[in-house]
Amino acid sequence: MGAVDSPVSDRIRAGLRPAAVTAAQGLLIALLSLTTHVLLVVLSLVALLLIPAFGVGFALFPMVTALVRLCTGSHRRLARWSGVELPVPYLPAPPGAQVGTWRRFRWVVTDPATWRDLSWLLPGAVTGAVCLAAFALPLYGLEGALGVPVLLHLADVWYGYGPFWPIGNLFQAVLCVPLGVLVLAAGLAAGRWLVWLHLTFAGYFLPPTRAAALALRVRQLTVTRADTVDAQAAELRRIERDLHDGAQARLVALSMSIGLAEQLVQRDPEAVRRLLAEARETSGQALAELRGLVRGIHPPVLAERGLDGAVRALALSVPLPVAVTVELPGRPPAPVESAAYFAVAEGLANVTKHSAASRAWITVRYADGRLTLVVGDDGRGGADPAAGSGLAGVGRRLAAFDGTMAVTSPVGGPTVVTMELPCELSSPRISPSSGTG
Amino acid sequence: MRVVIAEDLALLRDGLTRILEAFGCQVVAAVDNGPSVLPALTTHRPDVAVVDVRLPPTFTDEGLQAAIRARAALPGLPVLVLSQHVERLYARELLSDRRGGVGYLLKDRVSHVDQFVDAVRRVAAGGTVMDPEVVAQLLASRAGAEPLAELTAREREVLGLMAEGRSNAAIAGRLFVTEKAVSKHINSIFSKLRMPPSNDDNRRVLAVLAYLDGEDGRQPRARA
Repeated sequence: MGAVDSPVSDRIRAGLRPAAVTAAQGLLIALLSLTTHVLLVVLSLVALLLIPAFGVGFALFPMVTALVRLCTGSHRRLARWSGVELPVPYLPAPPGAQVGTWRRFRWVVTDPATWRDLSWLLPGAVTGAVCLAAFALPLYGLEGALGVPVLLHLADVWYGYGPFWPIGNLFQAVLCVPLGVLVLAAGLAAGRWLVWLHLTFAGYFLPPTRAAALALRVRQLTVTRADTVDAQAAELRRIERDLHDGAQARLVALSMSIGLAEQLVQRDPEAVRRLLAEARETSGQALAELRGLVRGIHPPVLAERGLDGAVRALALSVPLPVAVTVELPGRPPAPVESAAYFAVAEGLANVTKHSAASRAWITVRYADGRLTLVVGDDGRGGADPAAGSGLAGVGRRLAAFDGTMAVTSPVGGPTVVTMELPCELSSPRISPSSGTG
Repeated sequence: MRVVIAEDLALLRDGLTRILEAFGCQVVAAVDNGPSVLPALTTHRPDVAVVDVRLPPTFTDEGLQAAIRARAALPGLPVLVLSQHVERLYARELLSDRRGGVGYLLKDRVSHVDQFVDAVRRVAAGGTVMDPEVVAQLLASRAGAEPLAELTAREREVLGLMAEGRSNAAIAGRLFVTEKAVSKHINSIFSKLRMPPSNDDNRRVLAVLAYLDGEDGRQPRARA
């Protein structure tokens, strides 16, 4: 359909979409608020009242709270749709907090977010109900603008629109058309404002308090720290084992060959020559192993060239063309640089192993205090970070720096892995560059 | 043959000096840091420079940068770059001026003393010497690519040795075949890769490397 459309109609369509979205958001918010809020408040009160009466409330209140959170969760999703982020404040359930237990009741009751949610439900229902206007006003305006009153008047049906109750003559009926346009415009403008008002008001209740945010942060840090420590310990064990079984063993063999050669130097020069050749062979193998090990710990090219050069070197090492774009106005801190490098390396390894892609691309950018890494390919898609341990490991590694990873990989491709790391850059210098490897 | 050495580790600097002097080279200067590489080269104008990639004060790629700058200042100055690791990226940068007289080797190769000295001589004579590992990286990354896939195993072997900068005679010696057989292989490689044949060793190596690096090699193919 796009081929015959003029640019003007395209522009109108582009303008209509957000208007329609706002109207839909207003309708959904209003429906949610009107149908559930009052009911939930009543249920909560009943559950609370039942606590002294029968004790049933102990089991009932957490259940009602779960429903309340379902409702606030829907508001959060609607808010995200409108571009407003309302973070989740709830403390995670402690172990052994099954339904009906005292522990579960205590967990729910001691979470301040439970009470903030409850206190918001009624005023939130009011602001939510008002959002109905975001849907109803444009609809009413549309009715007038499309000439429905004119048609109904001509059809001799009793009908009123706007200030005309009923519409007395044809002039009044025709006047309804510009009136409808006005109402439509006003409704669309007011709709955005009403939705914004509702979400801003919810913003005072639904996100975590300072204390709750800190508690959640502590929890998250505890988890990522444990992951990091585990990963680091495993890494050190691996390095120790590699050194012990590899280079170290070869050096032992080397010194044995040389020692033996020393013994034989007078008696059997031919054997000495053989031993020395063997020694050189062994030293070469030890060096190759050490080189491999060093590359796994901290690639030399990363130390020498920073992320830019290291990513380019990485792109050159895979058997398909990789377009590299790096826009870094400085160098990230060494640990972040290293994490970013290994994240890109893992992403690229996945491309070569699983994607059957014919080409790939890497972009490294820095903006607003965030380092963004993108590894994409035109392969078959269907990559699942939960199934592949490699990408999951990258996610854990990035989490230690408060970094995030997102994978989009529809079946049939393309696969795009986006990783973000908050960090500061040092030694500002401009080096925008790009190339194909 | 007059040589300038740039290597920060005293043990290796002395070792290199000893090896080169044992084979009749004259080490006119041996520097141990990045900033003094360029002055040493411009003052002494050696027949060949042997430079470590990583040098103080920054311990990044100062040696490589100094080598590239020196070749910009003194076009065609033969430079042999040594490193603990090899990167295609660096090889590409060294080769980018298309002049020859360039070597890029792992430090391990020094232990094969005669081969190392041979490499120094070939670079000094304007040849191009790439570490087998660079060549292996290049071949691996283009292995599945048409028309490299059409090459036979023996032709690949010859291609690899060629990229290491070896002459037909040396390739023949290594593979225990006649020189005539080698040149037959090479003609076949060039025709499969759609490259104009060439007799000059250095031009030949550069062409092969450029092809493997996926730059110029693809252009003749597009025109064909």
